[in-house]
Amino acid sequence: MTLIRQTSPHTRKASSTQAIMLNVLIALIPGLLVSVYFFGWGVLINLVWASLVAVGCEALIIKLRKRPIRFFLQDYTAVVTAALLALAIPPSAPWWLTLIGTSFAIIIGKHLYGGMGQNLFNPAMLGYVLLLVSFPLEMSAWLPALGVREGQGVLDLIASIQLFAGNMPVSSLDAMTMATPLDIFRENTSLTIEELWATNPVFSDWAGKGWQWVSLAYMLGGCWLLYKRVFTWHAPAGMLLMLGVMATLFYGGEGSDSHGSPLFHWLSGATMLGAFFIITDPVTSATSNKGRFIFGAGIGALTYIIRTWGGYPDGVAFAVLLMNMAAPTIDYYTQPRTYGHKKPNRGLAKPD
Amino acid sequence: MASKPLSTVAADGFWKNNPAIVQLLGLCPLLGVSNSVVNALGLGLATTVVLTCSNLVVSLIRKQVTDAIRLPAFVMIIASFTTCVELLMQAFTYELYQILGIFIPLIVTNCIILGRADSFAAKSALVPSVVDGFTMGLGFASILLLLGAMRELIGQGTLFSNMHLLLGDVARNWEITLITDYKKFLFAILPPGAFVFMGFLIALKNIIDQNLAERAKQKSAPVEKGSKRVRVTGQIN
Repeated sequence: MTLIRQTSPHTRKASSTQAIMLNVLIALIPGLLVSVYFFGWGVLINLVWASLVAVGCEALIIKLRKRPIRFFLQDYTAVVTAALLALAIPPSAPWWLTLIGTSFAIIIGKHLYGGMGQNLFNPAMLGYVLLLVSFPLEMSAWLPALGVREGQGVLDLIASIQLFAGNMPVSSLDAMTMATPLDIFRENTSLTIEELWATNPVFSDWAGKGWQWVSLAYMLGGCWLLYKRVFTWHAPAGMLLMLGVMATLFYGGEGSDSHGSPLFHWLSGATMLGAFFIITDPVTSATSNKGRFIFGAGIGALTYIIRTWGGYPDGVAFAVLLMNMAAPTIDYYTQPRTYGHKKPNRGLAKPD
Repeated sequence: MASKPLSTVAADGFWKNNPAIVQLLGLCPLLGVSNSVVNALGLGLATTVVLTCSNLVVSLIRKQVTDAIRLPAFVMIIASFTTCVELLMQAFTYELYQILGIFIPLIVTNCIILGRADSFAAKSALVPSVVDGFTMGLGFASILLLLGAMRELIGQGTLFSNMHLLLGDVARNWEITLITDYKKFLFAILPPGAFVFMGFLIALKNIIDQNLAERAKQKSAPVEKGSKRVRVTGQIN
């Protein structure tokens, strides 16, 4: 009798950090392309500049910490952080804005906590929040998406570079930028939804013009990552579900004070980018599947609360940071049952 | 407490046992008002005055006050000096008094002051107590000033703005604008920025201490046994 000598069906190849990060970068491409289509060259300029700054900062700090530079630069984590940050900040951002945000994210957000795998907070969101708190004016200067202004295309390359260099006078910048759909929804409380949609060209069928397609493109990339098993479905599902539940509960339907429909919230702001690319960060989220679901649900609820009743138009970044702080506690209460034990552990062991 | 030489007491207060960056006491005012040089200097001076005076009086009455009621007594002493400082600031630097607001009465609860009263002045003679209070206050004030300068510079791009609030008309033109047309970097002015800068200051102190220790070690390294003498002429037999 011959036995087939086969061990368990292990994964065929070890998935290195490098491979995972490369997959994440590839999955960002559809979102990036749609963003460039709707918001112009600024997105691409931001991305390239942020990546350069991130790699520079990473190399500098690794050198200071006397670690092998080539080895750590090749895992692409700095580039992923830079890409997420660059896609989150407005495409009209001047160079120094991206520089400050990215260097803060890499140096303080990542390396001062101990480098890759040790950081408490998502570095990209830390950089984003720093910028949002420090430079609210620049951070809310979004260019209108393609098709919002009749007969006007996106900014050409020259104007984008001028914006990037900071050479654009403030007055013309003011004329160019426009409130985002989330902003407009927050600030108008006395219209019906139909009137709001009729008076503001930024809205489209489901959410904001442009924004909805960008969000759907991020979702597409995220689904590909799910298919490639880079992360599990728990955290994104928790976030989207909870955001939908909150939006349904507080949705009034008719008036513009109804805080927006679930569909509007799913396809506005950074919801999809956050759900599939930011909260799935293996370092700063919870560890077990159940924990990840709770982690995501917390982010969904907080995002809705901050968007609706808070002072800032979008709340994903703040929600992520708040839940990053809660992640260790979630881990303590969601430990899976160990094989051979009847019950899983809950919380911390009692001190003697 | 066995009498330490006064220089050791002073060095402890100012550097080795600095209340702000070694003991990490009094963080609330330290982070709360260190957003500009003038605020930092105002609160630093006020704290130093209260700390010195309270140490003086606590040391004077240390033999009359029993252990059981020492803390209420110390708090009463500190509170009276704080009230004096508060009234003085209200009289002479009214605008600064308004800007600093609740942080002046809060000097009473500053743990540096009660800490020094209980752990040093209550056990020491008059002169060391005063020296300790003064250098501890100076250590606290200098960190406060450093933090204030860093945060004002990075937050607003200026140094010594509004100094006339504290020092009168002489200081009206002291403001230095290092970077014209500077966009305010709000993070440095807000409390989270204070934490980050504070962290950098502590790191800086640790680096300096490490370097000093290394240098001292090299200097005091014993001459190795059997070290060879280099002779270029003659022969050793």
